[in-house]
Amino acid sequence: MSPLQLSLLFSSALFCIGLVGALARSNTILVLLGIELMLNATNINFIAFWRYGPNHTAGTGVIFVLFSIAVAAAEAAVGLALVIAVYRHQQSIRLQEANRLKG
Amino acid sequence: MNLSAQSLWLIPALPLLAAGIGALTPRRGRSLAAGAAITAMVASFVFSCLALYYVLNDVGCATHVDATGRTVWHQVVGFDYYNFAWFDLGSGALRLGWLLDPLTAFMCVMVTFVGSLIFIFSTGYMKDDANFKQFFCFLSLFAAAMLGLLVANSLLLLFICWELVGLASYLLIGFWFHKPSAAAAAKKAFITTRIGDLGFLLGLLWLYDARGSLLFFDGGHGVLEAASLSAMAGTTLSCGLALSTAIGLLIFCGAVGKSGQFPLHVWLPDAMEGPTPVSALIHAATMVAAGVFLIARVYPLMSADQALAHVPVHALTVVAFIGAITALMGACIAVAQNDIKRALAFSTVSQLGYMMLALGVGSWVAAIFHLLTHAFFKALLFLGAGSVIHSAHHEQDMRLLGGLRGPMKTTFATFAIGMMALAGVPFLFSGFWSKEAILHAALEWDVSLLPLIMGLAAVVLTAFYMTRLVAEVFFGQARSPAAEHAHESPAAMTIPLIILAICAVALGFLGTPVFPWLQAKLLGEAEVHGHSLLEGAGLMVLSIVLVALGLGAGWAIYGRKLRQSATAKDPLETASPSVFAALAARLGFDELYAATVGRANLAFAALSAGFDRYVLGGGISFLTRLAHFTGVMSLDNDEDGLNTGFNATSEKLRGAGKSYSKAQTGDAHGYLRVLALAFVVLVLLVVLGGGR
Amino acid sequence: MIVALITIALFTLASAALAMSLRNLIHSALLLVASWAGVAMFYLWAGAEFLAFAQGLIYIGAISMVVLFAVLLTRRSVAELAPAPDGKWRSVTAIYTGCAVAAVFFGAILFTPLNFSAGPARSFTVRELGQQLMGPQAAAVLVVGVILTVALLGGVVLAAVGRRTEKEDAS
Repeated sequence: MSPLQLSLLFSSALFCIGLVGALARSNTILVLLGIELMLNATNINFIAFWRYGPNHTAGTGVIFVLFSIAVAAAEAAVGLALVIAVYRHQQSIRLQEANRLKG
Repeated sequence: MNLSAQSLWLIPALPLLAAGIGALTPRRGRSLAAGAAITAMVASFVFSCLALYYVLNDVGCATHVDATGRTVWHQVVGFDYYNFAWFDLGSGALRLGWLLDPLTAFMCVMVTFVGSLIFIFSTGYMKDDANFKQFFCFLSLFAAAMLGLLVANSLLLLFICWELVGLASYLLIGFWFHKPSAAAAAKKAFITTRIGDLGFLLGLLWLYDARGSLLFFDGGHGVLEAASLSAMAGTTLSCGLALSTAIGLLIFCGAVGKSGQFPLHVWLPDAMEGPTPVSALIHAATMVAAGVFLIARVYPLMSADQALAHVPVHALTVVAFIGAITALMGACIAVAQNDIKRALAFSTVSQLGYMMLALGVGSWVAAIFHLLTHAFFKALLFLGAGSVIHSAHHEQDMRLLGGLRGPMKTTFATFAIGMMALAGVPFLFSGFWSKEAILHAALEWDVSLLPLIMGLAAVVLTAFYMTRLVAEVFFGQARSPAAEHAHESPAAMTIPLIILAICAVALGFLGTPVFPWLQAKLLGEAEVHGHSLLEGAGLMVLSIVLVALGLGAGWAIYGRKLRQSATAKDPLETASPSVFAALAARLGFDELYAATVGRANLAFAALSAGFDRYVLGGGISFLTRLAHFTGVMSLDNDEDGLNTGFNATSEKLRGAGKSYSKAQTGDAHGYLRVLALAFVVLVLLVVLGGGR
Repeated sequence: MIVALITIALFTLASAALAMSLRNLIHSALLLVASWAGVAMFYLWAGAEFLAFAQGLIYIGAISMVVLFAVLLTRRSVAELAPAPDGKWRSVTAIYTGCAVAAVFFGAILFTPLNFSAGPARSFTVRELGQQLMGPQAAAVLVVGVILTVALLGGVVLAAVGRRTEKEDAS
């Protein structure tokens, strides 16, 4: 099995762990963290394809991951601030209870 | 230090800078605005002198890069130009340039010198005016535009400056805009010159269309260079004219408007409504000189058709006859004017006619010589008149003046010098020599002698009306309280007068037939070939006799029996009332234009108004009625038919929205789950579907 | 090489799975830090050293701190959080869903011929990365900078508004 295939399996496994976490947990913070794990898994994919791809010197994979990390940082900051705001508002961080906009 | 063409832009840039400073100065910054204007003008004078020095002493090779990028050498005497790209236009670039040749250099020196003196004079004349600062701002702009016109090496740049001159003259003639007559005069000057400028613009566009360039000199590609000229002279239009003739005549239209030539001279006397320094500037250094300068500049183009025998008319022939008619007509009208400035204005018209006559008969050098001498003595006369008007509390009617010889000694002495220079009193005064040059050129013209005869008639009249003017204003007794209390003007006004008087005498000796230094330098000849006064002495004696005749007649009619009261009739009026009345009414040109052009314009306007009101207006009101009717019809239709349908549809949409909003469960986990499962299903669909 | 990769992968996956399954949020957060460190090690292994440092700084340094703060600020609720009534059902469906997605991924990876050439000659230097960022990618860098600034301000605004409403609620 080639390193590329291994890396891809690794990233998809990490993605699925994040997905299961985000689906199963009712704590909003953990849901966010699951999503962070999924983002990390995609970053691993970028690096794997950059490392073993046909155009190694282009550096697009690295730069893409860099931007992805930056955006993830922003997302985490805003997401957790939202969690705190919601918590202050309804004294709960249960994701199921944040459903005021349902139809 | 030399001033080559590359730095020639400094000469117009300095007054422009002064105008900018003047525009930004607060209203009470009087001395700053005036100081900036005068400093800039004097500095420009210094630069002009450097340019002249360069022109007169630089004999050698010049190089330039032509349109194809090659470096070309040419042997020149004081001739230099510098072209640069203004902006890129499609595949080519629009190029402008500066041109330094003897014509430009002499004109620049004259304009800056006379301009400086007029600026200094203005500080005295306009001292009590509330808009003192604006006045100097406009004056600087005027001078800057004129200087830019002089140094341009591109017909386009010349045209831009030409229009700027028009704008500045509009602002200055209408400077006392609270006077309705001044505002009207400014408008008239602007519109009348614009008629000529239209021709100029058409000529310019045609020239660009024909040659693809508007640069005068461009290493063989310029429009005034041999290749271009022969190509244009060789092209014959369907009406039989050569292309160069047609373009030349169109450009001449602009000069006719700007230089107050017949039949567009009507604005020039009205321009007297402006402050007197403005009149001096317009009549001497700038504006009217621009037209003569333009023809002198494009002289190679104007004369390109001279060698052709089969064309119906040569461009220069038209110029010569227009000039001769203007010279005679202006002199005639000037005889019967009572306003001191108006009489001088018509004398300017007449003298400009002389210059055009000289250009037309082929001696542009004589024209420029007369332009230079005329600039000095006409500035002197106008400033002298300004001094009189200033001290006589803005009284301009010579019937109400009189007897100013005593209280205003300096003004009288200098004015008399200017008058003799204009009248062409022999040997000592500059006007004599330059007028002689023109008359000699007219004598040698082989097409017709008529311009010469008209010019000689104008010589008599010029001497006559100037004698009348001086006798009425300075001799006799004061005929109004204002004239009685007249006093000598301050030094800021008399010193420029004295300087100009000296120049009005001295300048003539630069171009006497014995030693025609100016002519030789203008033509770019290194050596001066003089000849004896006896050559062509017949014509000179004739003109001296004619001048004497005019002076004598003037003195006999006005000098011996001086005017006693302001209401007394003019001796000529008593002799021939109808002729005098016609001349006093300026031969009715204004009335003629009002009756023809003005009335035609009014009729066309009335026709347009009627068309607008009845045809277009009626059609539109019919359309509105129609629209209103259909509106009423469809309103009923709408109420009954459409609204119920729309209501039903809206209800359905609301119901649908309610059903769909059930899908928004508010369960974030549910969304994510659906997303993940949908992904799986989609991938399976793609894979099982065979990857299509 | 392969052994190192497998070790890193197993470490990362194990800590991530544990983090997602623990009830104690503080423990979860700490285990996630371990998982992110594993990802950083993967970057190091793959030759993207700069990314490894960025991962360390941002995830292990910054985001973990934010997560811990969030956990502590919401601690009362966490302690009181009773197991959700439908928790079991949701966990089961979540695992099934995750397995389905994983099956799709694994199938895709294992049955796709990936015959890229192996081994790169040299790695991508920080200097080249900087030139890329300041040259062709400068616009994207600017945009990311704006996004980060806006996110920072947005976070502050959200938190500040929450505090004021809490005071109003209390009074």
